[in-house]
Amino acid sequence: MATVELVEVGPPTTTLWIPLFASLVPAGFPSPASDELEELFDLNRLLFRHPEATYLVRVSGESMKNAEIHAGDLLAVDKHLEADHNHIVVAVVEGECTVKRLVRRGQSWWLQAENPDYADYEIREPEQLRIWGVVTHVVHELLPGKLTALLRSRD
Amino acid sequence: MFGLVDGNNFYVSCERVFQPRLEGRPVVVLSNNDGNVVSRSAEAKQLGIAMGAPFFQVRALLRQHQGQALSSNYALYGDMSRRVMARLSEQVPGVEVYSIDEAFLDLHGMDTWLGPLQARVRALRQDVLACTGIPTCVGLGPTKTLAKVANRLAKNYPELQGVLRLDSDSRRERALRALPVGDVWGIGRQYAQVLLSHGITTAWALAGVSEAWARQHLGGVVGWRLVQELRGQPCQGLQPSEDGTLARQSIRCSRTFGQRLSHFDELWGAVSSYLSRATEKLRAQGKQAHLLTVFISQDRFDTRVPPPYTRSATLTVPGGPTSDTLRLLAYARRLVERLYEPGRVYVKAGVVLDGLEPAGRGQQLDLFAPAPGAAPPLSCSNNRSQQLMQQVDALNRRFGRGTVRPAAAVVAAGQPVPWAGKAQHRSPAYTTRLEELLWVK
Repeated sequence: MATVELVEVGPPTTTLWIPLFASLVPAGFPSPASDELEELFDLNRLLFRHPEATYLVRVSGESMKNAEIHAGDLLAVDKHLEADHNHIVVAVVEGECTVKRLVRRGQSWWLQAENPDYADYEIREPEQLRIWGVVTHVVHELLPGKLTALLRSRD
Repeated sequence: MFGLVDGNNFYVSCERVFQPRLEGRPVVVLSNNDGNVVSRSAEAKQLGIAMGAPFFQVRALLRQHQGQALSSNYALYGDMSRRVMARLSEQVPGVEVYSIDEAFLDLHGMDTWLGPLQARVRALRQDVLACTGIPTCVGLGPTKTLAKVANRLAKNYPELQGVLRLDSDSRRERALRALPVGDVWGIGRQYAQVLLSHGITTAWALAGVSEAWARQHLGGVVGWRLVQELRGQPCQGLQPSEDGTLARQSIRCSRTFGQRLSHFDELWGAVSSYLSRATEKLRAQGKQAHLLTVFISQDRFDTRVPPPYTRSATLTVPGGPTSDTLRLLAYARRLVERLYEPGRVYVKAGVVLDGLEPAGRGQQLDLFAPAPGAAPPLSCSNNRSQQLMQQVDALNRRFGRGTVRPAAAVVAAGQPVPWAGKAQHRSPAYTTRLEELLWVK
């Protein structure tokens, strides 16, 4: 005679992501979409091209407003990428980190603000300036949420 | 060929990545409770600030030279360490994370395929610097011990540009002659004294002792291995852990309190919070502990206090190894009760979990354990306790550390935690907390 052994299946231990296609399953009629369930796309994979070399920073001030970078925005900054003409970069000027556009005009390099109220900064001595990283993405909140709340609590 | 990579004054370097204004100035990072100097920038070393110097002794000197002292910020250092190790692992097949700022590399056979090793290692350093902003030094040698020697020299001699390879016998001899015997990896203070009393002052002299002598004076086979490693014969390989984290032989969690404690409840609150942190680490490694040690310390600089300053008690966990916080808390409480003396003033406490082994492997059944069905005195059944601990860990991961913690470690709302250390100069957790990210104009 065959013995049937009941094996208890433990509870799942992995993180649950919200499925992209979720629907109620009527008894007796399985959803045709249930085979197509996918995980929610992980935004980190978009923001972190080189995960170990990418750092998130916050923007204060409006010196880059014409580049659609505003106070309170979240920037993904990649230290692995080499900065080039026209990149928006985080640079260290006189011991402070600043976000500006790196541009080349003829033979000289400039840190250019994207706001006429701010003066551009010419890089006269290359050793005086260090590029901290290249900005790859901007996260800007259109409805006030966490980022806005944090910006307000800072003021 | 082995390599040893380590971050140059790692904690200070981490701080400078996010506070570039600290470049070129003397900077030190302080131990827990802002007590002693644990990391020094090159400028701070030049001022003569010693490793371990008490903060109050160097405060004026730092101020005089526009220096800066910072409380330790382990959230930041831990994340930067993870980034450094990840860059190394990406480019070298064998990496053993040895400490927060050190990793051994297994570079065997890499010359053949990837060109000259030194150029390769320079590129690796450059990559770590570019991706993390952390400067490093690399020592290369035929054994781990020699890689460590090479790393030390690479750090001390800037003209080497951060890389030293001990490949030939003549280089090895020159390096070992320059190294005091007490600085050899694995030679502690006591062995150093033994060696000095026998006239062995340099690593080179140590490499020349006989097998019999090494076995007799340096703890048997371990000492002989060390000597062989100095001679260039590898006796140990990498010990990579599967998840890249350092799997330790023991887990320790101890702190100096921010203020002196004399009430039992406060002392027990501190010990219970350290123990719950230690057991969390234990479970994260998938281990169970056989031995539980608790210690409490009085101020050893207080002349009114007679020694011993530290009292400790160790217990073999009855009923076999465990990773159950509740079970260990019950035992720890009994240990603290035994150690505590009313009227004494305590400044530090800690717990150590030892005798670690993977959970659920060939456990010895306990002859005196209660029969199945009977309620054990101190805990619920093994399976249910595991489930409970999993849930606790999951909650703490999701809602932040300390969301679920032992009741003894909870203080009344709004009250300061009596045992919390001082950290008046701590920088933000720049890489791990949304509220504390770096701001740029």
